[in-house]
Amino acid sequence: MKAIINVSLKAGVLDSQGKAVHHALDSLHFNGVDDVRVGKQIILKLKETDKDKAMKNVTQMCEDLLANTVIEDYEIELV
Amino acid sequence: MKVSILQFPGTNCEYDTQYAFEQLGASTEIIWHKSESIPADTNLLVVAGGFSYGDYLRSGAIAKFSPVMKAVTAYANKGGKVLGICNGFQVLTEAGLLPGALKRNDGLHFISKHHSLKVENNDNIFLEKLNNGDIVNIPIAHHDGNYFIDADGLKELEDNNQILLRYTDKNGKIKNPNGSVDSIAGVCNKEKNVFGLMPHPERAMESILGSDDGIAMLEGFLEA
Repeated sequence: MKAIINVSLKAGVLDSQGKAVHHALDSLHFNGVDDVRVGKQIILKLKETDKDKAMKNVTQMCEDLLANTVIEDYEIELV
Repeated sequence: MKVSILQFPGTNCEYDTQYAFEQLGASTEIIWHKSESIPADTNLLVVAGGFSYGDYLRSGAIAKFSPVMKAVTAYANKGGKVLGICNGFQVLTEAGLLPGALKRNDGLHFISKHHSLKVENNDNIFLEKLNNGDIVNIPIAHHDGNYFIDADGLKELEDNNQILLRYTDKNGKIKNPNGSVDSIAGVCNKEKNVFGLMPHPERAMESILGSDDGIAMLEGFLEA
């Protein structure tokens, strides 16, 4: 099983990289972009086969290390 | 006076920090991060600047799990004095020993230059040699120095006089180089024994090299 984790800055925390990318898109005349958020994706290959257990483990990994919950949110997808 | 200085893979300010404290008459020891204890006679523990673990994942995120950090947390919780400079500040916020977090600079550039700082609260051992409102000239050198804390956290910092320093111009007017909330350059914990700042006082020890304002800052620890 794989865990795909998306980590991004929380809503309300200014995303300077997103802002810079948005500005660059505007300069390239890509109109119609309302907002840009830049995050990171972490992909784990897991030994665990039980989805509930995997979700519990990966959540703990996010809380302890993979995200800083003071400034970041995370989303976990198991595939 | 014994100053113990932590060294992680990627730390690069440990020898500057050692030089600074020895200039002030302290004895020093550099502690490799694999150590599970810190010297019993430590009066001040410094988490030095640099790029621990290459800043991988987030600045300070991996260093917080180094073996020595359990001893650091225990030392801080017993009231031991801890100072985190630059990457050391990032490590201490990641470890939960200081509130808030440090994000990428707003301008996205690495900033390396001298900057004026205003002393906001001197009712602590770190800044007791200075007066509130004093302006010091201290180098900054960081990519992730953009201090963030939410509105409730900020209010708590203000109510408890935990904001140590703010970025200003040389006249004391707010000048924010990196986007930090309220132009904050350094904070301490509520108990006022754990201190963190992005600027480098250990690099401001010789006027011939631009500034010796770091002396008055670091001296506070020696007299405590």
